[in-house]
Amino acid sequence: MNLINSSILIADVEIGTHYYWNVGELVFHGQVFIVSWVVIGLLLLFSLLGASNPKRIPESWQNFMEATVEFTQDIARNQIGENAYKSWLPFVSTLFLFIFGCNWAGAIIPWKLILLPEGELAAPTNDINTTVALALLTSSAYFYAGLRKKGLGYFKRYLEPTPILLPINILEDFTKPLSLSFRLFGNVLADELTISVLVLLVPLVIPLPIMGLGIFAGSVQALIFSTLAAAYIHEALE
Amino acid sequence: MDSIIAAASVIGAGISVGFAAIGPGIGQGTAAGQAVEGIARQPEVENKIRGTLLLSLAFMEALTIYGLVVALALLFANPFVG
Repeated sequence: MNLINSSILIADVEIGTHYYWNVGELVFHGQVFIVSWVVIGLLLLFSLLGASNPKRIPESWQNFMEATVEFTQDIARNQIGENAYKSWLPFVSTLFLFIFGCNWAGAIIPWKLILLPEGELAAPTNDINTTVALALLTSSAYFYAGLRKKGLGYFKRYLEPTPILLPINILEDFTKPLSLSFRLFGNVLADELTISVLVLLVPLVIPLPIMGLGIFAGSVQALIFSTLAAAYIHEALE
Repeated sequence: MDSIIAAASVIGAGISVGFAAIGPGIGQGTAAGQAVEGIARQPEVENKIRGTLLLSLAFMEALTIYGLVVALALLFANPFVG
């Protein structure tokens, strides 16, 4: 009985409970901020280590960071195209690295060891506010891309291929951020839920493959989010 | 919570994620089958096929995840309570 109780304690999922910070009238979800600051700090640290002492023949950290940047460069170039991808590379790379860092931070770092008065530390992407913010950033990015390239002529795209499709084209602008945010949020939360339920049933060894799957799914979701963001930007630039 | 709303929400959550799994299941099966066929025919492009397959599988999986999000909303953030 004691064993069951302790496994329930380990597997305890807290959905809908948050570590609230009150700043004036505003309420923040503190646990999301703490973990995303850790992720941002790690990303900054890696970039500083990679760029602090650049050499012609890259070594260790510089080598690693160059490979990473080349990977994200491929995402942007494959979607946006050789001509225009350079100015959108920072945005797409940042999206990829931040989401990837968040997913892996939630999957790898044992946050359960740190107790909060309320709620629990986990991947920042398992809070829908984070993913909606990232999706809305993507929306404004592709609007900005289209408007800067074509001016008001950008809105002609809504009448193509025929004006009958106007409502569907407008609807698409709403479904894009909706599906982007739900996809990321749902996948990350689903992984954590599956792991919690499995830990509740069998606390040892059995959840390990699912944890591995969670790590894999986290990287695929980061890849998908940044690929789709780049594809939407390309669509607006066309 | 009103017990009828609670019962309906739990049943609805189960149905939503269950039905959302049907379509993507069929789709993923078809996609994986075609990918295996492609690899069998041309083993030299296996890496390319695998990458495309994983990306499209994740897209299909997202459809089930939408059902899961609806189920989670019904269970943990039910808008019909109170």
